[in-house]
Amino acid sequence: MTPDITPITMPKFGLAMTEGKIAGWLVEPGTQVTAGEELVDIETSKITNTFESPVAGLLRRHVAANGEMLPVGALIGIVADAAVADTDIDAFITRFQADFAAASDQPDGAEAADEPVMMQVGAHSLRVHDRGAGDGTPLVLIHGFGGDLKNWMLNHAALAHGRRVIAFDLPGHGGSSKDVGPGTLAFFADVTAQLLAHLDLSRVHVMGHSLGGGIALTLARTRPALVASLTLIAPAGLGPQINMDFINGFIEADRVRGLQDVLKYLVHDKSLIGRRMADDVLRYKRLDGAEAALRQVAEACFPGGKQGDDLRPVLAGADVPVTLIWGQADEILPVVQADGLPGSVTRHLLPAIGHMPQLESATAVNEVVGAFIGHEVATA
Amino acid sequence: MSKKSFRQAINEALRQEMRRDPTVILMGEDVAGGRGGSAGTQDAWGGVLGVTKGLYEEFGETRVLDTPITEASYIGAAAGAAVTGLRPVAELMFVDFVGCCLDQIMNQAAKFRYMFGGKARTPLVIRAMYGAGFNAAAQHSQALYPLFTHIPGLKVVIPSSPYEAKGLLISAIRDDDPVIFLENKVMYDVEEDVPDEPYAIPFGEANLTREGDDVTIVAFGRMVGMANEAADRLAKKGIGCTVIDPRTTSPLDSETILDCVADTGRLVIVDESSPRCNMATDIAALVAEEAFDSLRAPIRRVVPPHTPVPFATVLETLYMPSVEKIEAAVTATMNHRVTEKV
Repeated sequence: MTPDITPITMPKFGLAMTEGKIAGWLVEPGTQVTAGEELVDIETSKITNTFESPVAGLLRRHVAANGEMLPVGALIGIVADAAVADTDIDAFITRFQADFAAASDQPDGAEAADEPVMMQVGAHSLRVHDRGAGDGTPLVLIHGFGGDLKNWMLNHAALAHGRRVIAFDLPGHGGSSKDVGPGTLAFFADVTAQLLAHLDLSRVHVMGHSLGGGIALTLARTRPALVASLTLIAPAGLGPQINMDFINGFIEADRVRGLQDVLKYLVHDKSLIGRRMADDVLRYKRLDGAEAALRQVAEACFPGGKQGDDLRPVLAGADVPVTLIWGQADEILPVVQADGLPGSVTRHLLPAIGHMPQLESATAVNEVVGAFIGHEVATA
Repeated sequence: MSKKSFRQAINEALRQEMRRDPTVILMGEDVAGGRGGSAGTQDAWGGVLGVTKGLYEEFGETRVLDTPITEASYIGAAAGAAVTGLRPVAELMFVDFVGCCLDQIMNQAAKFRYMFGGKARTPLVIRAMYGAGFNAAAQHSQALYPLFTHIPGLKVVIPSSPYEAKGLLISAIRDDDPVIFLENKVMYDVEEDVPDEPYAIPFGEANLTREGDDVTIVAFGRMVGMANEAADRLAKKGIGCTVIDPRTTSPLDSETILDCVADTGRLVIVDESSPRCNMATDIAALVAEEAFDSLRAPIRRVVPPHTPVPFATVLETLYMPSVEKIEAAVTATMNHRVTEKV
């Protein structure tokens, strides 16, 4: 019973994260912090992310030192009022560590169940991660070219409150089967519709990133009844221009070093692209059929180095609510493609953010999306 | 994706490549696993290692060939089959048995491409288990990868985990040159997530299993896991280690090693093969020659003594590199202070 002491523990960014490294404390012990203030950079196998203080108070201790690798939930620091004695903090740490060690020995059955599963949908074997429950209209997440459901690692759990949120790997991507048929947006929209039918979902919010945004727009055109709202993050289909150095480089890179340079196009803060992130992408790209699938998609969607689909008419004609999120420093699809859209489209243009706002500015994106689809539920 | 053992990962690589390409065949002593025994089963053990289990049943006796106990004949036959159109995967069982068939490997398979003016391809894989720590005594415990690395014309692969084993074996089978594929015999039951689909890991690109600013550790095969554990322990003491798994000793990704040494200025090499003319000496020479100015401390090698592998368990343990020995070497290199010459 020590209400004045708040343990700061290793956060869990996304499902795959089991441990994290203290990349660097941003606040020294003895500093007064506010709730939401940036405390410490945490490096995971995929990304480095800043962890914000959950409470206001005095940061008393760094329990974990810079460079230390710890499991999720492990004690990394202590926030406590100045009045709390050092001996009380020592006692708290000792007790926490003993409890944590004991708990770590228990098998965590509930956690293990929250994992992606393989589903046979028509001719495709899809990796699907279905999280959350509730009365809210379900939300479906569609990743972009070369991505997979882990692109939503900082959003998926955060949005899965009061509703199901379903992320999946498109054919040709991640853990799904690698046959992409013609590789067109229409093909992927059709597979998405098949998946929704398989899951018995007749109406969903759809959030798509990049190529996935183009797929979401195509779905809204071909199956308008399915789509309750559209959240488009730097979507394809709103202009011809696309960075083909990225597309071709991504397809061709088969070594970490080359790929790491290509992945830097994705973000504004280049330090986010670690070697481990490139390793992870290579694990996918090495799978038999992955490269051929990517080539097919690039050929079908970006013929002659331009985007082949013009989906602006979908937005002009649609009576579905649309939110658009775009990083102003996007190096893949230029942010000017967000201009000249109908006034009904709510635009959020994020300064100093690249092509992946859902990773680079996860908190802002989650707030925008949470408010947008939350509002839709309230007025439905 | 599911958890698979090192043994299962290799079995899956063999099975998937045999399904994909009808020219892939297996040869070796007992690879069909004791068929015709009193139990009446055709595929009882899957070889002495249990690695080829189920392959005889699926692919039959024309593609899974049990050979007599005569390495010179079947390794030679495999080399000949490779140069005339098949893709044999020959199992040498213990790598120590290479003494019986070195001519077939060193003077034949390794030389075909060069001596036939680049017109011959020899897509041969020789699998063998290596390493001490299994209490298998001096004739069944050696880590002979430096021997093969020494011979131009051979590619030499040492996987450090189940994921690595599957992807590297698939690359080995698809490669048009003779590849020596070495499996640490203590690792067959190690498990990790391995994709169900086939995938190929390219040769000559090192993998970084840990990243840190203070010391570079280069380790091979089973030593990679030990180096990782040492790095994790050292991180708690504030010492950051980069661990490099070169994956292949030939070709060797010297660029990654030199880049990391340039960043850290300190190098520890963990090599369980005999210490004279091994990978540790090879890499030490490379770094001394190419990155002398980056070094802030002498290069340290964690290697066994120059003796046969002892049979007595306590001596074998003493003989082997260990997490503690790696930690001690890293700490020593961190503590080194350069003395200025007067």
